[in-house]
Amino acid sequence: MDANVRELSYAQAIQEAMAIAMEQDERVFLMGEDIGVYGGAFQVTGDLVHRFGEDRVMDTPISELGGAGVAVGAALTGMRPIFEFQFSDFATLAMEQIVNQAAKIRYMLGGNVSVPLVMRFPAGSGTGAAAQHSQSLEAWLAHVPGLKVVQPSTPHDAKGLLLAAVADPDPVMIFEHKLLYKMKGPVPEGYYTVPIGKAETRRQGRDLTIVATAIMVHKSLDAAAQLAEEGIDVEVIDLRSLRPMDTPAIIESVKKTSRLLCVYEGVKTLGIGAEVSAAIAESEAFDYLDAPVMRLGGAESPLPYNPDLEKAAVPQVPDIVAAARKLVRKEA
Amino acid sequence: MAQSTTNKAAASAHAANLPDIYRRLSADDLREALRKMHLIRRFEESAEESYMRGLIHGTMHLSIGQEASAVGICMPLSDADYITSTHRGHGHCIGKGAEVKKMLAEFFGKEDGYCRGRGGSMHIADVSKGNLGANGIVGGGIPIAVGAALSMKKQGKDSVVVSFFGDGANNEGAFHEALNMAAVWKLPVVFVCENNGYGMSTSTKRSTAVPNIADRASAYAMPGVIVDGNNFAEVAAASFEACDRARRGEGPTLIESKTYRIRGHSRSDRNRYRTKEEIESWQARDPIGIFEKELTDLGLITPEEIEKVRAEVEVEIAEGLEFAKASPSPSPSDVTRYVYTD
Repeated sequence: MDANVRELSYAQAIQEAMAIAMEQDERVFLMGEDIGVYGGAFQVTGDLVHRFGEDRVMDTPISELGGAGVAVGAALTGMRPIFEFQFSDFATLAMEQIVNQAAKIRYMLGGNVSVPLVMRFPAGSGTGAAAQHSQSLEAWLAHVPGLKVVQPSTPHDAKGLLLAAVADPDPVMIFEHKLLYKMKGPVPEGYYTVPIGKAETRRQGRDLTIVATAIMVHKSLDAAAQLAEEGIDVEVIDLRSLRPMDTPAIIESVKKTSRLLCVYEGVKTLGIGAEVSAAIAESEAFDYLDAPVMRLGGAESPLPYNPDLEKAAVPQVPDIVAAARKLVRKEA
Repeated sequence: MAQSTTNKAAASAHAANLPDIYRRLSADDLREALRKMHLIRRFEESAEESYMRGLIHGTMHLSIGQEASAVGICMPLSDADYITSTHRGHGHCIGKGAEVKKMLAEFFGKEDGYCRGRGGSMHIADVSKGNLGANGIVGGGIPIAVGAALSMKKQGKDSVVVSFFGDGANNEGAFHEALNMAAVWKLPVVFVCENNGYGMSTSTKRSTAVPNIADRASAYAMPGVIVDGNNFAEVAAASFEACDRARRGEGPTLIESKTYRIRGHSRSDRNRYRTKEEIESWQARDPIGIFEKELTDLGLITPEEIEKVRAEVEVEIAEGLEFAKASPSPSPSDVTRYVYTD
């Protein structure tokens, strides 16, 4: 490991990115519920309030719609707000400001303004928080032109994508998986960015392409390790960015492997998998396919409370292994 | 419109009878205010006529009858101050100093429009004059105004932000969340509810639990002020007081400007929810007529000068319409342009 690379958790990496952004640019400030002395529901802002003060690490009332609108207004008039939703589910309360305002103001005003706004959404299941605190709504927002939507899967990318988002002139929505907050990984010191709109190949392989997002990248890598023992060589692509989506990376990989499995936590139908599949169906990679395209996504149900049900509601490593075998060996 | 410290109107008129606000404004300021009110009226009428003649499509929300409210509120504002506006926003836009020809071009969907034809009637915005835009979502602009005010405070600027909205918006959650935050953070924002009696067809009596929307200010620990929205002097006076308070760092004010829209909600309105008599009673209280009479009675303007203002406005509208018609349409190949910053 390079001297300037440390092991940080995903949450620490995000916190470090926000600190760097605030140190570099006085226009940057944080807004959210209980992000000050409480440190945020997932301790992502942590002690930042003690370092930067309450004016730059602002606790808001429990007013998601109004708070999001305040962030939009501040972004329109010279500031660079980073707005934390306590849970991504609460974005439903603020959809008006995100979808009708933040995403559209630049276009509606004929390109005369930009909305340099960053929003962070702790997302995903696995915490026993049940149906209203566990959703993966990233595909909802990725459906909206005017927004950019990213889903970092590693501490390195969590920091680099956040810094890229702050530098971006347009609204960037960052979906952070709650189960990743404590995951550690190498993170370089100082300022760097990870480009928005670029996928990353996490594992090279010949037999099957798995396109995965967020925590499903790690589950897919675990599945790939198991499959390697059986002689199935899996390529794992971490999508990282939903809008814009790096379709060339998916197409190139499928041309090599001739098989595609898409794994994501959001509800399976009408989601990320449909878009990834369509990218192949509409491209020259379609002619390379040796098997049907397959999707593994969240169950067609709200997220349940019972731990066994909760696990059953999202793809797990054995599901990915079974799907890969089916695609490669045509097993039933 | 900046107030002038010289050429006080009071110097040339019956000082004893002058409303205080006329001491604060110069004769030029008052003439300009009257011009803008006429400009709004004629803009709205021309927009309506262009629609009838099939020159423009879509829908529109006309503010005929609400001119004193738009112009009076904007009196204390300079280009460094911001407004957020509503679907019924043409008057606010003109009040804040927009050029009619670029507004008409936007209405016609043309490249020379303020939003290059992408926004239309409901999204006209002249950002260079501090207008952050009309808004198609009822209450959508209110939290954005609070954000702009927070931004001004953080940047240490002296600017204030005025958020226009209608009586309908006062029952949206965004209104309540925004007023609360503005008060908690003592932000330089003035909330202006133009109560024209109806949210589309539903009267405030049927929709709102309090008799006056200004009563809601007390829930957010800010002054609530009621003004006759058809009386320019009353509106302007309240706006100066609220903006002064905001600039002093004392926080927000809620102004309820009681007025009336003479036209229907939009093109589809058949006026089934109100009577002809009610509309006529408000037409008899025309804000432009009231203002002209007051200025004339006080000796601040002559009938000849009023005629000159009207003639100027006719020329500006006619030239604006020609400009709009002649402006090129956007190319269909540019449909996705301006979604993201290049």
